[in-house]
Amino acid sequence: MSVRRLSPNQPASFTFSPETLKAAQGWMANFPAGKQQSAVVPTLWLVQKQEGWISEPAIRAVADLLGMPAIRVLEVATFYTMFMLEPVGTHALVQVCGTTPCQTRGSEGLMAVCKRKIGAQNHLSADGKFYWQEVECMGACANAPMAAINDYYYEDLTPESFEALLDDFAAGKKPKPGSAIGRQGSAPEGGPTSLTDEKLFDGSLGKKIKIPNLPTKASA
Amino acid sequence: MPIAKVDGVEVEFEAGMNVLQVCELAGKEIPRFCYHERLSIAGNCRMCLVEVKPGPPKPQASCALPAAEGQEIFTDTPMVKKARHGVMEFLLINHPLDCPICDQGGECDLQDQAMGYGRDDSRYAENKRAVEEKFMGPLIKTVMTRCIQCTRCVRFITEVAGVPEIGLISRGEDVEITTYLDKAVASELSANIIDLCPVGALTSKPYAFNARPWELKKTESVDVMDALGSAIRVDARGAAVLRVLPRVNEAVNEEWISDKTRYAVDGLSRQRLDRPFIRENGKLKPATWTEALDAVAAKVKATSPDRVGVIAGDLQDAESMKAALDLFGGLGVTSLDCRQDGMVLGGGQRESWLLNSSIQGLEDADVILLVGTNPRLEAPVLNARLRKRWMAGALKVGVIGEAHDLTYDYEHLGAGPAALGALSKSKGEFLKALKAAKAPAIIVGAGALGRADSAAVLQAAAGVAKTYSMAWNVLHTAASRVGGLDLGFVPGEGGRTAVQLVAKGGADVLVLLGADEIDLTQTDAFVVYLGTHGDAGAHRADVILPGAAYTEKNGLYVNTEGRVQLGARSVFPKGEAKEDWAILRALSERMGAKLPYDTLDQLRAKLFADHPTFGRIDYVPDVPAAVDFSALGAKGELSDAPLASGLKSFYLSNPIARASVTMAECASLASGVTKMAAE
Repeated sequence: MSVRRLSPNQPASFTFSPETLKAAQGWMANFPAGKQQSAVVPTLWLVQKQEGWISEPAIRAVADLLGMPAIRVLEVATFYTMFMLEPVGTHALVQVCGTTPCQTRGSEGLMAVCKRKIGAQNHLSADGKFYWQEVECMGACANAPMAAINDYYYEDLTPESFEALLDDFAAGKKPKPGSAIGRQGSAPEGGPTSLTDEKLFDGSLGKKIKIPNLPTKASA
Repeated sequence: MPIAKVDGVEVEFEAGMNVLQVCELAGKEIPRFCYHERLSIAGNCRMCLVEVKPGPPKPQASCALPAAEGQEIFTDTPMVKKARHGVMEFLLINHPLDCPICDQGGECDLQDQAMGYGRDDSRYAENKRAVEEKFMGPLIKTVMTRCIQCTRCVRFITEVAGVPEIGLISRGEDVEITTYLDKAVASELSANIIDLCPVGALTSKPYAFNARPWELKKTESVDVMDALGSAIRVDARGAAVLRVLPRVNEAVNEEWISDKTRYAVDGLSRQRLDRPFIRENGKLKPATWTEALDAVAAKVKATSPDRVGVIAGDLQDAESMKAALDLFGGLGVTSLDCRQDGMVLGGGQRESWLLNSSIQGLEDADVILLVGTNPRLEAPVLNARLRKRWMAGALKVGVIGEAHDLTYDYEHLGAGPAALGALSKSKGEFLKALKAAKAPAIIVGAGALGRADSAAVLQAAAGVAKTYSMAWNVLHTAASRVGGLDLGFVPGEGGRTAVQLVAKGGADVLVLLGADEIDLTQTDAFVVYLGTHGDAGAHRADVILPGAAYTEKNGLYVNTEGRVQLGARSVFPKGEAKEDWAILRALSERMGAKLPYDTLDQLRAKLFADHPTFGRIDYVPDVPAAVDFSALGAKGELSDAPLASGLKSFYLSNPIARASVTMAECASLASGVTKMAAE
């Protein structure tokens, strides 16, 4: 992790879109009066959804909205690595998992693809469409290697399928998230190997069970 | 009271104390960096680890652990020693160890505690982290690589100063202390974070690379930059005052001082009057003391006493005012005044011009009404105490006068003095709180008392105070004011006030005791200026008698609550300058009206005999005498002009501050900030 600081390229201003504002106010209403700053993380997340990243004017706007000092919002925004502090690609923000399970399954190959097609990590690509970074475990180890692109996980990748995926994004398509080899969730490759008995699912194996220590009706 | 055992010794402590405080009660020193008595507890430096039973079998941070009945605390077991070694080693991993070029060297907590509690070597061979420089304004120098992230500065600025602009950004090994977008800290108390910083990350910018602490002569004194009389320590080397630091005085300034108190001292070595001058053919020419004193004596003797006026400035000690009073009063002069701003108080009951609640006593108030004052600028340390009271909860503050950011919430009841009369009919929460209040207080600022309609404003304020049984408080801005009023340094029978004296034809001879805050452009008098700086008074003077600044003389100052405090000499007056009372004593001899004292002690003896309140050093009554409200002010028309603060510019309010380069820098920065805000 590198030192997180604000981007040198900042927009002149920031305005909440009506949807963002409405959602933010919904979060603020969850907290008692005077404690609205508790909504700072969801509000920053909404801003990131709206803009793709969190700019300095946005930090001030969030501070004003929640009635807290701007430095407190900056502290939060720089603390959490999921808040992007500089502009990300218009088409895709690619976060490749580099933690051990993915690494043993070939995540370095994915990162080589990123380097070749996008450029150095934590930098906008030349065409402005892509931005990639290596991240820590995303909890999809069973489907390693994987990458989170925008809001979805793309799993069971190979350098070739990953490159095709990036091409799809570059072309403006929205590829289907999930396993690239078509498996269901994290089920075994080539289909299920256990719990295959149909009867398990049609209810025919069900029978009444006696639950111990239930209160008797009479005493109730 | 509950009892705990510290290293086998039983200690009684107050419920609510933490383990660290209990250890201190037992006389055990607990090393710490982040813990500070007046700030919230962060518990992030881990230096104060101790072993506590009952509890988990591991060292615990004593600052963040509440003490409990029957606890056994150990501060010198092998586990504690090992823990301290470990913490210190970790702290030093990323600390640059550049003590030889660090201004904190010699007064550094990290240095001292590394010697006392650290290992004798480091096992760390990797690269240290470096942190980018930050900007925090003209007062605070930053070397952030030295920072150990104790967050004392963040907590002080947020909690005490009430200007949340400093924060700890990023996380883990990358954390950095910074202001928002590297802006200067916009607080009048900002430089206190230099004292709080336990390492050399935040040091004093104007004092950078000037001196080592062991080279300095330290003198305990009182401050004259505002009317609080904060306790200070003046550090000097040779003839130069290099810095001012706060001392602890719970009753006045706790342990904070304002930036002006701390940094105006570079003005003590600029623009100084170091020899007498006499004006010849419109130009000031250097003269000897004999020539200058003879010129003044001849002029005063040749003038009828009712055409002589004496005005005392805002930084005068009580002794010099007493000497002037004795000398000129003895000659029959009645036009003496210490109120350059035309304040309407004086010559009545002493309590009418005091802050009767006392500074510490304001912490017991539950409703406070501020009239024509901006305490944030007029007395920043008092404002911090009001904020502390507000943070404690259940305090309602009302403001009549200009609305400013006071760092706490208040109800603005109106800008003009008419709001005083309309208060009883106001609709807000403030009136409700005032009616139900147990200990309400009114604080009237100097700004409300130096206007054309001040007599009427005073009467209206007194009326409000009487109606709601509020404690009567006046917040002065001049350090000498209460002393002057206590001495009766006000016009006698047939005498003219300061404002009348400086008008055209107001006097034939005008003696100014460091009076620089009054408009001298109209006067056609022969002006004698006894003072320290080439400021407004000296520019208009016909004879200049160079005096001593507050760091150059022993003097008594009475603060706004009526507390008499001793200021002490740190260095000698500049050049040929003399102490003010001695100049007046020499002058008296030449006039043939010799004052009956040859030493400062004799002068003080006479002062205490004539005015017994001065003999009670550092005393403020627990229960002040009741104020006779009916004697305050007079009937009159109230103007619509808003009640503005008496202070035009916080950083440039007296001759010393105006001569200070640091204050000039602060003032231009502050005015720039306001301009930007107005755009």
